[in-house]
Amino acid sequence: MSDPMRIRLQSAGGLTTVKVLMSHEMESGQRKDEDGKIVPIWNIQDVFATLNGRVVMSSEWGGGVSKNPFLQFVLKGTKPGDKLSITWRDNKGDTRTDEAVVS
Amino acid sequence: MRTDRREVLKKGALVAGLLMQSLGYLRSANAYQQNAFDAKSVLDLYKSLGLSVPVESKQITLTTPEIAENGAVVQVAANTTYNNIKRWIFMVEKNPVPLVAIFNLTEDVTPAVTLRCKFAQTSDFLAVAQLNDGKVFFARKEVKVTLGGCGG
Amino acid sequence: MFSFNTPFKFVLKHLGAALLYAYAWSAFAQAQQLGVSTDAALAQYRSMLQDANPADLYVAKGQALWTKARGPKAQSLESCDLGLGPGVVKGAWVQMPRYFNDTRRVQDLESRLVTCMEAIQGFNTQEIIAQDFSKGERANIALLAAYVSSESQGMTFKVPQEHALEREMYASGQELFYMRGGTHDFSCASCHTQDGRRIRLQDLPNLSTSAGAGFAFGTWPAYRVSMGSIWTMQQRLADCFRQQRFPKPKYVSPATVALSVFMGVNASGQVADAPGLKR
Repeated sequence: MSDPMRIRLQSAGGLTTVKVLMSHEMESGQRKDEDGKIVPIWNIQDVFATLNGRVVMSSEWGGGVSKNPFLQFVLKGTKPGDKLSITWRDNKGDTRTDEAVVS
Repeated sequence: MRTDRREVLKKGALVAGLLMQSLGYLRSANAYQQNAFDAKSVLDLYKSLGLSVPVESKQITLTTPEIAENGAVVQVAANTTYNNIKRWIFMVEKNPVPLVAIFNLTEDVTPAVTLRCKFAQTSDFLAVAQLNDGKVFFARKEVKVTLGGCGG
Repeated sequence: MFSFNTPFKFVLKHLGAALLYAYAWSAFAQAQQLGVSTDAALAQYRSMLQDANPADLYVAKGQALWTKARGPKAQSLESCDLGLGPGVVKGAWVQMPRYFNDTRRVQDLESRLVTCMEAIQGFNTQEIIAQDFSKGERANIALLAAYVSSESQGMTFKVPQEHALEREMYASGQELFYMRGGTHDFSCASCHTQDGRRIRLQDLPNLSTSAGAGFAFGTWPAYRVSMGSIWTMQQRLADCFRQQRFPKPKYVSPATVALSVFMGVNASGQVADAPGLKR
């Protein structure tokens, strides 16, 4: 099972800054292991965020995103109680969704 | 100072290549852009993305560290004063795969996006903004990647 | 202005010296300037990552491990005594290394975790010692260390020196710290007893001072971005030994614990900030 993301929300005046730290190896397919063999690509490919069920941002990633990815973006027109959900899906088909509530 | 038209066109062409695949993106909006993520050079990325020639713009601001202690994790951020941005395309020019990420924005988010990327070596970070009306603009900024020392 | 009567050689000699001096001074000034702006640039790089330290992900994993029933005895570590009583994690790390009655010796965090993993969970100490860093149970110890150290975040170090063995270990640690050896005649002190020094762009904390020791001892375990993993103090020490061309130290050996006692006591009163973030 995939590890949970850490989502931090900071709201001020209807804007909410979303800071997400994801737990993922993000193997680019460029790295060699101790035996000199290429470590196969294993990375998050799709990320999307929904607010109260509506997609507000979607993204496609490659192996150039760092291990344990950090993403930050800003939601507009938020109010307390709004539910933010973030989902990632990797090239192996694994997926993870975590949620946070705007305070 | 006279702007060198050749320079402008060269820069624009560089970025056009990076974006060439967007036509394909528009056709199959939900498909993972494998071709773009396979492109080994900026020129190849052009072909696989497909967009009009981007123009360098001061309306895009990039926040990057001047020196990265380690290329594995470099935090980059892009923002813009264009108010109708549809998509960001983040690239690290000298990476084996220059394309790092594509962000599709809606009206529910501001243009400001931050991401931690890998830099294989000292390289320019490029952020291309595709606007709703199809116009494309870019900005670039160098990040120096260092050899640290003894790992403390 | 020189008059035409001044001997030519006199002029040349002093002009040459003046030029040399000016050149040296400008090079020095430029180096200083480079140093200041490089430091600022690196500080900016680090602060950008500090906001969301990937180490936090590992703290969560470590906490899960602490409470999970594991090992041949299928027990959790929740009854492990880190010096403040069974299961008390908060504030324990800033009082380590310390003497433990049940093992009759001074132990650092990792040594104590190994003790608990064997006594409570049934793991084999020798197997853990024989293992490589970042593998098997040693990888789990790194996660546990990240968790335990995080529970002392913001607290001040008060590594005890009450027991005779604690004082002895400090003296041993100090001796080891200054002992030169290996093929390159290095000691820890070779790199770690001056302020403001670095190797390439890697700062070298002055471990003989309270501030330096507090910074170093208080930020390991740490997430190393170049490794994409948590490194513990034992791992950091082992790598120092390697870089000094010293033989590989035995995991959680008294020598390694003594060095931690030396640093920990020197860090008295400094604020703990672990797990840290390192290159």
